[in-house]
Amino acid sequence: MIRKFSTLLAGISILAIAGCNTAPPASNETGSADNAAATAPVATEKTDTLVVYSGRSDKLVDPLIKKFEKEKGIKVTVKYGSTPEIAATILEEGEKSPADVFFAQDPGGLGAIAKAGLLAPLSDETLEKVQPQFRADDKQWVGVAGRTRVVAYNTDKIKPESLPADIADFTKPEWKGRIGWAPANASFHAMVTAMRIEWGEERTLNWVKGIHANKPVVYKRNGPAVEGVANGEVDVAFVNNYYLYRYLKEHGEKFKARNHFLTGGGPGSMLMVAGAGHLKNGKNTANAQTFIDYLVSKDAQEYFTKETSEYPVVDGVAPPKGAPTLDKLNIAKINLSDLSDVEGTTKLLQKAGVIE
Amino acid sequence: MPFSQRLPRLLSVNTLLWVLAFLTVSTLMLPLLYLVIRGWDSRATLLEVLARPSSLFTLWRTISLTVAVTAASTAIAVPLAWFTLRCDIPLRKLWIILTPMPLVIPSYIGAYLYVSALGPYGLLQKSLEQAFGLERLPSIYGFWGATVTLTLLSYPYTLLAIRGTLLRLDPAQEEAARSLGSDAWSSFWRVTWPLLRPSLGVGGLLVALYALRDFGAVAIMRYDTFTSVIYNQYSSFNRSQASILALVLVVLTLFFIFIEAKTHRKADFFQNEGGGARQPQLIDLGIWRWPASLFCGAVITAALLLPAAVLGYWLVRGLLAQEAISPLWSLTWNSVQASGMAMLFTVVFALPIAILAVRQKNWLSHLFERLTYSAYALPGVVVALALIFFGINYIPWFYQTLAMLVLGYVILFLPQAVGTIRSTLLQIHPNLEDAARNLQSSPGQVICRITLPLLRPGIVSGGILVFLSAMKELPATLLLSPLGYQTLATSVWSSVIEAYFAAAAAPALLIMLTSSLPLALLLFFEHRKLSK
Repeated sequence: MIRKFSTLLAGISILAIAGCNTAPPASNETGSADNAAATAPVATEKTDTLVVYSGRSDKLVDPLIKKFEKEKGIKVTVKYGSTPEIAATILEEGEKSPADVFFAQDPGGLGAIAKAGLLAPLSDETLEKVQPQFRADDKQWVGVAGRTRVVAYNTDKIKPESLPADIADFTKPEWKGRIGWAPANASFHAMVTAMRIEWGEERTLNWVKGIHANKPVVYKRNGPAVEGVANGEVDVAFVNNYYLYRYLKEHGEKFKARNHFLTGGGPGSMLMVAGAGHLKNGKNTANAQTFIDYLVSKDAQEYFTKETSEYPVVDGVAPPKGAPTLDKLNIAKINLSDLSDVEGTTKLLQKAGVIE
Repeated sequence: MPFSQRLPRLLSVNTLLWVLAFLTVSTLMLPLLYLVIRGWDSRATLLEVLARPSSLFTLWRTISLTVAVTAASTAIAVPLAWFTLRCDIPLRKLWIILTPMPLVIPSYIGAYLYVSALGPYGLLQKSLEQAFGLERLPSIYGFWGATVTLTLLSYPYTLLAIRGTLLRLDPAQEEAARSLGSDAWSSFWRVTWPLLRPSLGVGGLLVALYALRDFGAVAIMRYDTFTSVIYNQYSSFNRSQASILALVLVVLTLFFIFIEAKTHRKADFFQNEGGGARQPQLIDLGIWRWPASLFCGAVITAALLLPAAVLGYWLVRGLLAQEAISPLWSLTWNSVQASGMAMLFTVVFALPIAILAVRQKNWLSHLFERLTYSAYALPGVVVALALIFFGINYIPWFYQTLAMLVLGYVILFLPQAVGTIRSTLLQIHPNLEDAARNLQSSPGQVICRITLPLLRPGIVSGGILVFLSAMKELPATLLLSPLGYQTLATSVWSSVIEAYFAAAAAPALLIMLTSSLPLALLLFFEHRKLSK
């Protein structure tokens, strides 16, 4: 028994040496075999495949991909991760990236990839399907679903009529200790970027410092911030519109948070988009086009409004249940491509002492 | 004729060990090389970042958290190990199996569970509110929350290291001390404790670096450490700056490695008798056996039962709300497959380094052994990006294969196996190997027939540690796995990040169940062998 065990170990060591410092060949054989099994159709039917890198979790994306595969007969393999992680991956892979499409949660990730020259411009035909404010003006990517910034409030502690219509007013001392925010979160960064564009650096810095002086509770992500509102840890929180609906679904109507839409205009109710871009070195160009076109089709748009409570980017599809239409929100016209300067925003937030 | 004797000089076992160790250590250096390449452009900003008071403060916070977690883990693990393995306490066998179990809980989910149970407005507060009208509990966020969470999740590293030593330790020494009139207390301090030092060092180092590299728990506990700073750089798509900051983390790691080296410099720890593995006479603690057992129970309740109960609650709540819970068989298989391979190869690559470090003490073997830790404190995402960089540019046929994911795990978790195997080997007297050599065994035969069999407990527990870590690892799994390859950990992530807690509960419970099985078997068989 001991002998067998030793022989086995010795055998493995020898294999391992043969594999040098890259990898043991034994593992590589199993690896590629399993890999081939997992993505078998990719290897056989080259023209009917597509590789998507998704910065949005499969919980939100997978049902849509399944529908697309069924309708178009194209087999999609997806790599999931957070948008910054996936963007960093594509940047490391560079021109050798196996990805055909990058589906990102926000413009920052797409902007970083576009800046590295890795995206192919989209056709006018595709771009014209969506409303003008959702197109990147350098044609590098297109928005596919929108979400707005909102103020979530606790229904026990706050009357919605008493809430300000402009996010600028939350720096007032009366809000001390009552605010929740997620200053390291990408959506928050997008809002601050919009502020810099609309208000300028100085006013934005003052706003951030003003909120910081009100001693807000810091959350990691929007989800926990909404939870914090519901259980009364904070009275209000700056979040995205769609988290609330997931909690309502799981906890029912007794969940004590609701959304307040900032109708006063300005960056407080800014619209953010998830978008998609086409990697110029991808091997399945036609399929990538088909996929991006599908994302802005009526079918997919209705999926976003119903399943993820996001705003449609095309005409003729109603906004999600319980959300006002975009024209009521009085949303500032901000050029989405400008939102990709996340670095400047990070610096500003560091300067304000809000993040490291 | 043995194989190794036919090729005397050409490929002696010794050379083989050195070559293998060298190749393994070179592979482990890849992440560092990547960080230097990637961070080079930002080298000028390094000083600027480090000179910011806020960065220094973060550095201070990181170090104080690491020290606190390591100290607290030791303080929990030593009594747990001594009570369960040496003392006659009620429910001893149950505690033996359960005390190392918190190792199966991933930190990113564990911290969430604590907040959701004990947070100012958590489940506990809700039930107290109904009963007594309590409106909020004291905050658990910040330094203390992070320390307690990380301690409860990581003390098993120290516990298992001590356990390995205690099991191999000849109880005769302690029994002799007691028969000479020492009481249980002083025999522990005078005989057992000094012998535990090397394993405390190894366990402590694993705990310290666990705290250093953790991102999930500290983020949820709202305590920014150095990893948060690195992640913030990735979030603003500044890879270069992130890399240069990650190098600072490497320097911190080297600092802790240096401290640990102090614990095992002076003495030899082997015993004069070869075996020693027998059931010791259990110490009768008298009336104190009740509080001792209660202590074990309290730790288990806090570290294992509470998180498991919250997960169960999430699952039930989700099922009642008719949330769809998808079948998880293929995810479970993927997790087990990748982690199983990681376990196997990590052990194989760890053996030469550990054997050389103990049996051929010189500066080079020592350096190799120390260097295995250098990448251990790096967040998974950094190691993953390094492998992506080298993989796609230099070995494209290797890119996005399962082998690449396994290699990532090997790099991330090798120190767990090296540490465990090394401390086991330290206790095996070289006389045994010398005797075999005198009886004309070749070096290869000595390793196969004497060293490896005696090392088996260390090999098995080191392997299981790696298996558990790989099951839990998130960023490296997301970024390195073959396209379309999903595991239980990635499934937990995709649900939690979008606030679908019920959907996260099922795969999280499965990670814990699949991981506890091999751990429980290991503990059970070790214990049974001793009882015979």
